Amino acid sequence: MKNTRREFLKLAAVSAIGVGAGRLGFLGDAPAHAGPLPGVANFEEGLKAKHWGMAIFTAKMTPELIEKCRTACHTEHNVPDIPGNKNIKWFWGASFEESFPTEHGHYLSEEVEHREFPLLCNQCETPMCVKVCPTQATFQRPDGIVMMDFHRCIGCRYCMAGCPFGARSFNFQDPRPFIKHFNPHFPTRMRGVVEKCNFCAERLAIGKMPMCVEAAGGALVFGDLADENSDVRKVLREHFAIRRKPDAGTSPSVYYIL
Amino acid sequence: MLEKALKGSPRYWGTLIALGMIVLLGLGFWLYQLTFGMKITGLNRDVSWGFYIAQFTYLVGVAASAVMLVLPYYFHHYKEFSKMIILGEFLAISAVVMCLGFIIVDIGQPQRMMNVLLNATPHSMLFWDMVVLNGYLFLNIIVGWTSLQYFKNDMTPPKWCKFLAFVSVIWAFSIHTVTAFLYAGLPGRHYFLTAIMAARFLASAFCSGPAILLLLILFLRRLTGFDPGKKAINRLAVIITYAMCVNIFFFLLEVFTSFYSNMPGHIAPFQYLFTGIDGHDMMVPFMWTAVVMGLGCLVFLIPTPVREKTPALVIGLIMLVIASWIDKGLGLLIGGFTPNPFETVTVYAPTVPEIMISLMVFAMGGIVLTVLWKIAVEVRVEVEGGNLSMVPPPAAEAE
Repeated sequence: MKNTRREFLKLAAVSAIGVGAGRLGFLGDAPAHAGPLPGVANFEEGLKAKHWGMAIFTAKMTPELIEKCRTACHTEHNVPDIPGNKNIKWFWGASFEESFPTEHGHYLSEEVEHREFPLLCNQCETPMCVKVCPTQATFQRPDGIVMMDFHRCIGCRYCMAGCPFGARSFNFQDPRPFIKHFNPHFPTRMRGVVEKCNFCAERLAIGKMPMCVEAAGGALVFGDLADENSDVRKVLREHFAIRRKPDAGTSPSVYYIL
Repeated sequence: MLEKALKGSPRYWGTLIALGMIVLLGLGFWLYQLTFGMKITGLNRDVSWGFYIAQFTYLVGVAASAVMLVLPYYFHHYKEFSKMIILGEFLAISAVVMCLGFIIVDIGQPQRMMNVLLNATPHSMLFWDMVVLNGYLFLNIIVGWTSLQYFKNDMTPPKWCKFLAFVSVIWAFSIHTVTAFLYAGLPGRHYFLTAIMAARFLASAFCSGPAILLLLILFLRRLTGFDPGKKAINRLAVIITYAMCVNIFFFLLEVFTSFYSNMPGHIAPFQYLFTGIDGHDMMVPFMWTAVVMGLGCLVFLIPTPVREKTPALVIGLIMLVIASWIDKGLGLLIGGFTPNPFETVTVYAPTVPEIMISLMVFAMGGIVLTVLWKIAVEVRVEVEGGNLSMVPPPAAEAE
């Protein structure tokens, strides 16, 4: 009896060391940079809305600022940096023609024509990706955010065919070797599943604004589209804004102020 | 009846072993894909469906085509098809097996496949496609196997079997309609977004599927002397010819709508496929081959005296299969995803591993087909006392 107990304690001690070493090896120095995990108190401060949306002051979004937002977003969400056309994108910049391909103006304002536009998931009101997903791995929350369950996704990529905005990326390979700065606060993905921008649902839950909004310093306005007193509604009342491919019928929640 | 698949000539076993080797070779490539992910394919962020799903779509058509025999036989009592009908049903089984195989190799997490059942989602067309394909598979297994069993015992098939055969006719239309709905409801894909997509799919299925069936039957006749009868062959050839004319007509309707309306999004896929965009013209030789073959096959198929001569019929059918395969097995998916949602061109071409994995699935279908047809032919040999044709031997008839 005593013997078994001693054996057990020994085993437990060795296991603890093993687990500790294993964790250190896997996480590297990431936990030190990431800070403590959010607690119950943080979740009590969570931000709530009827329908989250965004307005973008495109004139203020310089290529440098877009890159800053992209880095902030991709670092937060462990988005891998994969070269080539099998890459993963949550937030990126594109030309006017690529962003608004249905606006075939011959004579555009030169400044707008050469502007770079930030692109991200449009968090549509009637998302096609949710409609076509055969497993509900992608779903819409009551506050409008279109999210992914990475553990339910079978990787059929129907959502990628359904999305008119090219907002979705598929993990053609294990993304982990391509993650430069690992953030232990957000899950990494495995190969064979689809992912996309989630409007930083994990940050809203602890009362923080999305990463890109924080990094953009006022050029991105985030808030409740259903609340007419919200910042985003105020901005949209005062400035002319368009949405990408409104004729696709998905009703994007991201507005571009030209 | 299964025992009939266990005894056979060296040629039979040789065929199975050859197909088995292709399966094993392809299996190696599939394990490679399972280990390293789909980065080994030519698919990318913009063209996210490709060769696998295109073959799936083409084979759904082949599966549905059994109805071109079952419908005249059961609905119009066209008894000439009685010898062919079992071959059509067994070809459908083999085609659906290949369809399911192409879905499995295409998904990124195949071990989670059952999530489609666990989280059944009626608003997803993929859910319904799974339902109708599996339903069609079982219908054909039950109807085909039962009627063969009763034929072997010299009995009329039971009423419920006939009822299921009727159901399978309606069901065949549903499998290709639902498969068309996979594409036809997507707002951002102009080449797919057309109300006649299901009609086009059915037309293309009803020419290409019976064409493949007839080619295989003519091959079988050469190998075993099994003869479904001249009348049946000629009638099926007429059905194929009409379906091909309708298929081409439907395609021209798409061309008219796109170009007369002058809608940029609808024109762009045609441009990419037939002329190339910004120097990306990889698809151009394929698509024009399809045009030449598609129109060319009609030269052999429309004039009755030409069509009723076996060599001309075979040439016409091969041309038809090539044309319809390029249209649906390459052009449909690539045209649907190019240009991409940013109206730029991302080039897709299948890679060698992708083609080897596809060959694995085709060879699996080949094994299923060889075994099933072997059983069907052996049963007929048994029932008819060794005389497969009941008509003069094929050598004399070919004149």
